[in-house]
Amino acid sequence: MIDLEDVQWTTEDFNVRFSLSFPGPGIIGIIGPSGGGKSTLLNIVAGFTDPQSGRIRINGNDVTGLAPSERPVSILFQEHNLFAHLDAAKNAALGLKPDLSLDKAEWREVDAALARLGLQGRETHRPAELSGGERQRVALARILLRKKPILLLDEPFSGLGPRLRRDMLEVVRKLQQDLDLTVLMVSHDPDDLKAIATHAVFVADGTASTPQTIDRFFATPLQPRLAEYL
Amino acid sequence: MASQHGSIGKNWPSAGALLALAVLALIALPALVALGWSSPGMGSTSASFLWQAASFTLFQAVLSTLISVVLGVLLARAISRRQFFGRGFLLRLFALPQGLPALVAVLALVSLYGRAGFISRFWPELPSIYGLNGILLAHVFFNLPYAALLTLIALQQVPREQWRLAQMLGMSERAIFRVIEWPVLQNALPGIAGLIFMLCVTSFTIVLTLGGGPAATTLELAIYQALRFDYDPGLALALAMGQIGLCALLLSFLAKFRPPFAETARLSLGPERASLSRSGNPVPDMIIIILSALFILLPILSVILSGLTADFSRLLTERILWRAIATSGGIAFTAALIAVLIAYPLALAAIRLESKGAVKKARIFEAPVELTLLLPPVLLGAGWFLILMPSTSSVGYAPVLIVLINAIMALPFVYRSLAVSLRRLVAHEDPLCESLGIAGWSRFSLIDWPILKPAFRAAFTFAFLLSFGDFGVIAFFGSDSIVTLPFLIYQRLGSYRTDDAAGIALVLAVFSILMTQAFSAFGRKEHAHD
Repeated sequence: MIDLEDVQWTTEDFNVRFSLSFPGPGIIGIIGPSGGGKSTLLNIVAGFTDPQSGRIRINGNDVTGLAPSERPVSILFQEHNLFAHLDAAKNAALGLKPDLSLDKAEWREVDAALARLGLQGRETHRPAELSGGERQRVALARILLRKKPILLLDEPFSGLGPRLRRDMLEVVRKLQQDLDLTVLMVSHDPDDLKAIATHAVFVADGTASTPQTIDRFFATPLQPRLAEYL
Repeated sequence: MASQHGSIGKNWPSAGALLALAVLALIALPALVALGWSSPGMGSTSASFLWQAASFTLFQAVLSTLISVVLGVLLARAISRRQFFGRGFLLRLFALPQGLPALVAVLALVSLYGRAGFISRFWPELPSIYGLNGILLAHVFFNLPYAALLTLIALQQVPREQWRLAQMLGMSERAIFRVIEWPVLQNALPGIAGLIFMLCVTSFTIVLTLGGGPAATTLELAIYQALRFDYDPGLALALAMGQIGLCALLLSFLAKFRPPFAETARLSLGPERASLSRSGNPVPDMIIIILSALFILLPILSVILSGLTADFSRLLTERILWRAIATSGGIAFTAALIAVLIAYPLALAAIRLESKGAVKKARIFEAPVELTLLLPPVLLGAGWFLILMPSTSSVGYAPVLIVLINAIMALPFVYRSLAVSLRRLVAHEDPLCESLGIAGWSRFSLIDWPILKPAFRAAFTFAFLLSFGDFGVIAFFGSDSIVTLPFLIYQRLGSYRTDDAAGIALVLAVFSILMTQAFSAFGRKEHAHD
């Protein structure tokens, strides 16, 4: 459960105002036109953006003003999730110890996480030697190791082909079920939402609609702004 | 290959490029041949002198580079993670020494640390600024801020997502250094250090004014002295060969480790980096930043102050000052124009060939420009000095040579700054232009010129300033009949009229700024009419 209470963030040319509760656990899709505030919404939950007013609660705890590392949140970006000079195992291991001072047992845990995402034998490969899908799997292995209850996805698979993209969505669904996560997934493709989301939110002009179950969200008649976007 | 419409547009830059190559060869080759021809062999005293000069060249360059790079990295790291008042001003200040004529910088340092300088008044035991101390001081003054800026540019290429990851993972400063910053530095430092080393090896004016004597003479300075004072072409040739060999080694190293290249360092700090270090103790960083700022700022303030105390009512009525301003301006304007006119067709030809996959052919136009870095201006000067020395009419040729050698000196930098914009132009506009059949003059006037104007302006201004403040070439050819501002400063320094020298240095600085403003105003005004 993530609550945004009258959260407001303003810059010279942009202004967002969010007041809503994301139900959880589950996968909540966030959809809307670019420049409408989708990424800002994620950044506020993650703590990269500090709002000028309002409160943010995660599972009942007030996290307003906390640093990103102090929040129970992991995030997957569209790219640059991995450090180019570190191999897959080390990149994933950053999720356990950000200074890479792992003991034997912890390294075994890293290997197990990579194996769980289908990356056996890839442990010593560097990002340049991995495919786009594999790179995102390494980043997901890191998120698995961090064991945070909230997962934020910022259009993480939009660079992948259709087949790979379906596979990755499936990986996310499985992670969500196994770990009972609350996932916020930003996307501009309604098919992504229909594939795995349990709920959906429409974000445009710096505000968000109330979350609805995925069936009701796409039920006809659509809300006018959403219909216009789709 | 280009479409059928593109044939005119495809041929004329190549013709222009070949012409530019020919001009380049005509300036550079005779100088080299002359150096080779006039060698009567070298005695054993010369050999030991050559060895001494070479080892001092390397010794001072290694020390200068080490100090500049180590302090520069500490400074860059301090700046890269702190948001503080005046950060933008500081970055502009650190870009200043690179644009300062070497002679003005030397005056600045002397006016602060010299025997009668501001600091020596309070601290008479200050070691002398002449010799190795002064050379190191001046090289660090130039290169510490340069190393810091290049390191900052390298660090700002870290993608924003990675700083956010560091935030999310809760990385300590040590972990950030190990995981994010050190790999960037590892890639960038060889290039940065190589570049600075090269600048210190070929530095001429600083060593001439602050060094000298057998104990503190570099190859570059020794070549000059062998010709200008001893007239010993054999020794000059041996020294020149040593210098070319050294530069060739360095250039092949630099070709492997390119220094980071970006237009400027970003003035503001990303919010991610700032919030990552908010918890740490800022005092050590601020101490480094403040000391470095003083190190750069104090000499500049001091030369302005001592310049202002010069007797301007007399100076400004001296005809020679106005003649020097006119001569410097004329030389710099013509040299900058020639540099741009040679660099543009070469860069265009090379980049167009490159974009069509003919990488080897492209090197034909690109390599000669890089090779001019092998020929420090002093070498070209020396070669032509040998050609023209015997003839009595050499004075008449001097201005032409000064212009041409200055143009060649600016060429690699002009080429590089034009190439950045040209690469974008060729990638973005060529397909459309070729499909629409826009070629030849209409292509240049409608498409290329409006897009490239800022790049031309920047390249021209840079070349102008480089020649306007240059002393390396005029040192060979200057005489009572051809006097530039830097030459005049040097003459006054030589006759111990330091106040005059500082005053003229101020005039030089004021005119440099005025000219820069004039060029950019010229561009803006035209822009308003578009």
